[in-house]
Amino acid sequence: MTRLLRPFLLSEIFKGLILTLKYAFFVPRVTINYPNEKGPLSPRFRGEHALRRYPNGEERCIACKLCEAVCPAQAITIEAEPRDDGSRRTTRYDIDMTKCIYCGLCAEACPVDAIVEGPNFEFATQTREELFYDKQRLLDNGDRWEAQIAANLENEAKYR
Amino acid sequence: MQPQRTEIETEIPVDHSGLNTYTMNLGPQHPAAHGVLRLILELDGEVVERADPHIGLLHRGTEKLIEHKTYLQALPYFDRLDYVSPMNQEHCFALAVEKLLGITAPPRAQAIRVLFCELTRILNHILNITTFALDIGAITPALWGFEEREKGMEFYDRVCGARLHANYVRPGGVLYDLPDGLTADLARWVEGFPKFLNDLDSLLTDNRIFKQRTVDIGVVSAQEAISRGFSGPMLRGSGVAWDLRKSQPYDGYEKYDFDIPVGKTGDCYARYLVRMEEMRQSLSIMKQVLDSLPTGPVKSDDFKISPPPRAEMKRSMEALIHHFKLFTEGYHVPAGETYTAVEAPKGEFGVYLVSDGTNRPWRCRIRAPGFAHLQAMDFMSKGHMLADTVAIIGSMDVVFGEIDR
Repeated sequence: MTRLLRPFLLSEIFKGLILTLKYAFFVPRVTINYPNEKGPLSPRFRGEHALRRYPNGEERCIACKLCEAVCPAQAITIEAEPRDDGSRRTTRYDIDMTKCIYCGLCAEACPVDAIVEGPNFEFATQTREELFYDKQRLLDNGDRWEAQIAANLENEAKYR
Repeated sequence: MQPQRTEIETEIPVDHSGLNTYTMNLGPQHPAAHGVLRLILELDGEVVERADPHIGLLHRGTEKLIEHKTYLQALPYFDRLDYVSPMNQEHCFALAVEKLLGITAPPRAQAIRVLFCELTRILNHILNITTFALDIGAITPALWGFEEREKGMEFYDRVCGARLHANYVRPGGVLYDLPDGLTADLARWVEGFPKFLNDLDSLLTDNRIFKQRTVDIGVVSAQEAISRGFSGPMLRGSGVAWDLRKSQPYDGYEKYDFDIPVGKTGDCYARYLVRMEEMRQSLSIMKQVLDSLPTGPVKSDDFKISPPPRAEMKRSMEALIHHFKLFTEGYHVPAGETYTAVEAPKGEFGVYLVSDGTNRPWRCRIRAPGFAHLQAMDFMSKGHMLADTVAIIGSMDVVFGEIDR
């Protein structure tokens, strides 16, 4: 009998409607007001690249070119020569952010934690050229995000 | 000099019914085409006479690119094939490389892989079912589904640092161990997820509009499904209980207790039901993995294959050499060939890997389940209405990253 009546009573339609009404009024909203509120990010998050410095201001990168070698997209270009004081440093460190696939292999390969993928994900630009990062831009990123990057690396140290 | 040509032409019967049909493009920019599917439809009124899928708009030459990458560098390319279920495909490649290397991942790594492969299966099916429903007129499931998917992708983010392109399952294990607290949060999510499934169930399963659009649409018999190379929910929807996790278990699937859901009718509705039940089975597998998660290392202790721990790399010269060798040259895989397949959410995802003993694959052929499914488009949509092709595409679960490769 119920089987016969069900199609006429539209029971499954009303069940669905009641459910959506319940969600519309009695369930707290889940959307976030994006530029003001942001979703959670893990310490492992792979975002915009940064070149880090030692606490005394010296660049970490020693131009071993492991990141250049491991990069699957070949987005990194490095040129290096000895500095006046004899230490080996990069003269050019470019990352083409339009080629980068954010796989994190450069950060994994770096033996001195110089190149890292930081927590910043808001680096959209108006033009393509602005995404060809040079060494200065990467070092500036490192200075800007150092506190958070260092905290994340410390947090992750036991897993790596 | 054209002997007897006219004679031959007169023998061909002229089909006047063809005059009534007209040809139409569906896609490649159509929202219901799930990506960049271009479908040339020959319509007789609103009835589909012939559907001709044109593919290749997302072709990136992945297989060729992989031939020029080391085994480690090739891994991120697998995330980008079927970008809705990245980890399953990394898993397949990792298993193939491990087979050639003759190693197996440690038990904890295997358990983590199974855990995340099942999570990925759930995420994939959420996306498929909700967008399928969206295509045939139900908006609410998509809105709710993306909320749940977001929660799942947060787990991705926490374990590997990216929400989609994980680069996490490595040959010889996984990248890093699970961070503290992740298993507890996953267990909580596994507990809460059936509520969402029940809500989805009550919105769609009995709904007459949904049923009118899916029942008896795109029927595939078991025999046809097998002969057309279907796999995954497409095959199980037609009543064939075939699942690689059961028939040739890998990475410890034999330890977990789960059922293979099978559809009876082989239509779009049966495939929907199979996917719904698969999510529940995946949840049960996840629960079992979380209850029995072994301790121990998460990657191979052979430093020729997986990089040494960072602390050791800073201290030991030998570890540093291993580190440098791994990230520049990679490892050499013994010559040989293997076909390794896993049960990806969409079906049998296989990698045919040929190694010539160097540090790069000589050939890497990728078997994408969606490709075999899409080729049945013509056969499945013949005689159906134009609107039903959308339902068929939706129930096929095609993703063009893997079809075009």
